[in-house]
Amino acid sequence: MKGDLFAPGHRACAGCGPAIAMRHILRAAGKDVIIAQATGCMEVTTTPYPETAWGVPWIHVTFENAAAVASGISAALKMQGKEKTKVIAIGGDGASADIGFGAISGMLERGNDVLYIAYDNEAYANTGVQRSGATPMYASTTTTPAGTKIPGKEQRKKDLAMIAAAHHIPYVATANVAFIEDFEKKIKKALEIEGAKFIHVLTPCVPGWGIDSSKTIEYSRLAVETGMWVLYEIENGKIKINYKPSKLKPVGDYLKGQARFKHLTPDLITDIQKKTEKHYNKLIAIDGLQIF
Amino acid sequence: MVRKIMEGSHAVAEAVRLCKPEVLAMYPITPSTHIPERLSEMVNNGDLNAKLIRVEAEFSAISAIVGASAAGSRVFSATSSQGLALMNEVLYAASGMRLPLVMVVANRALSAPINIWNDWQDTISERENGWIQIFAENVQETLDSTIQAFRIAEDERVYNPVAVNMDGFYLTHVYEPVDIPNGEDVQNFLPPLNYKYKLDPERPLTHGPFAYPEPYAKLKKMQFDDFHSFVPIIKEVHDKFAKKFGRNYGDGIIEEYKNDRPMTIVTMGSISGTVKEFVDSRDDVGLVRVRLYRPFPKEEINKALEGKENVIVVEKDVAMGSRSGALMLDLKDALFDVMDKPKLNNIIGGIGGTDITRKDLDKAINELKDKNNKVIWAGV
Repeated sequence: MKGDLFAPGHRACAGCGPAIAMRHILRAAGKDVIIAQATGCMEVTTTPYPETAWGVPWIHVTFENAAAVASGISAALKMQGKEKTKVIAIGGDGASADIGFGAISGMLERGNDVLYIAYDNEAYANTGVQRSGATPMYASTTTTPAGTKIPGKEQRKKDLAMIAAAHHIPYVATANVAFIEDFEKKIKKALEIEGAKFIHVLTPCVPGWGIDSSKTIEYSRLAVETGMWVLYEIENGKIKINYKPSKLKPVGDYLKGQARFKHLTPDLITDIQKKTEKHYNKLIAIDGLQIF
Repeated sequence: MVRKIMEGSHAVAEAVRLCKPEVLAMYPITPSTHIPERLSEMVNNGDLNAKLIRVEAEFSAISAIVGASAAGSRVFSATSSQGLALMNEVLYAASGMRLPLVMVVANRALSAPINIWNDWQDTISERENGWIQIFAENVQETLDSTIQAFRIAEDERVYNPVAVNMDGFYLTHVYEPVDIPNGEDVQNFLPPLNYKYKLDPERPLTHGPFAYPEPYAKLKKMQFDDFHSFVPIIKEVHDKFAKKFGRNYGDGIIEEYKNDRPMTIVTMGSISGTVKEFVDSRDDVGLVRVRLYRPFPKEEINKALEGKENVIVVEKDVAMGSRSGALMLDLKDALFDVMDKPKLNNIIGGIGGTDITRKDLDKAINELKDKNNKVIWAGV
């Protein structure tokens, strides 16, 4: 296959954040890899039978089992002596934070030689933007609509990377499609390590977030610059913050222009600002420490 | 060949060991638990060179062997009841993907109320999931069927998952004398797996894609039509096994026992042993044992029931919402276009581990002798 192993012509939206992640996962991983993918946008839009966007062996079984399928593939490869072939499991935030959470925890605890990549567009975008455990607080989704009584999602976003790290696995990282070299570097690093690895990557969703298709990278970057997404690695339990903006931009810069946040009152924005700073400062405080 | 007194579950583990699978994924559930326990001992003692994935749920057990199978390895799992129900979604995916999986199901009742004892509701509820289902009568047949299951599943003309059903406790926990084939003979009978569509970076394939309505319907029809073509292959594998190891189970599809009498009991699994004794005690009733339950062998069964006055289906399950057990529905379907139909009656028994005794059968048969399309619950 010429060009990218993740071929163009798939059915993802213009400006799709997850599709950018898929392309760079394969750029970083190369040809000698097997992908196990959960049901979701990236599965549906890339494999309309008999077409496929995948230039590497790829399997999808159900929504909640990519981690377990990958465990089986990894075991098979070890038995066949194909130690060099890497295994990557990929799931969206619904598959990873919610329905497939148990299977991921099982895989991480067992230490199967798999890299799990959770691509997070912060909602069940494939089924029409319903809330997931990774949807941020106050975001309006089709199941947490901004109402007159309840202003969007009432709960905080599930901290997937820290939960993964609590399994005492050798490598955990967060990433972001606006920092693509960092993302690729982290994938390559993870694939060099034997055992279970986990990368949580933020991937904006054009229709889900209600942004213009030209703004995917801009919003993705703003998430980091406002402290709403923090880039870090946890290697053998030791955390390293990869990028510390000299001064955080106000969260309003990130929230404004996103349809899912357009209902936010100044009070709610202040609440998000406080929570974001607290979370960010907590991470800065533990930078360089052995946390697991 | 060695003859040993062996627990049913251990005999299954022994069969699996002889078949040299590369990847096993297991989760403990009564009454199948002794199978993963014995396999764990074999792996940890170096008697079986395989990866045994101790998963966090049955859902992941079946998912892991789907992954390993797609990657080209011989795979095995075992489960029961709630575990099989939890696997349900993946069972359909596995047959839709036409993967050569083998699983032993130690049959047990389904909740609620929770009940750990034997009936067939777990596997009967999976009757439309596209898996080949074989019911074993005794420990020897479970061992032999497990070996045959790998050969059936991995036959290029089949490439389909196979479940071997063994009655929970009645077969999993019972000790019986069994002939254990020698490893070399099993290796000769079961060639190494060379799965043609494996996940391989040298020849990248997409497994389990998304299908729009037209291709989906076309693929489902192919699967539906193919399914029936497995019957002669299953028979062929059974015949080859019989020739090599000297043991046969009827013709591999059904087994007839004193089936020259006006009445016939149709049943499956370990209750067939009791029914054989019952048949011996009377002169008016014989037995047709269904060994291959899915795909349902309509032609073989119709032939065996030709000229019968009364067919009595004995089964340990219900088809909730219908007026009978599920095997009874299959018999009705099979006999639908037979001109000279026998009377057809149904005994539902053994539910949740209750006994079906010869006395129960005697009473029910006498009651059903002149009836048609009647359902009796034995022992309730």
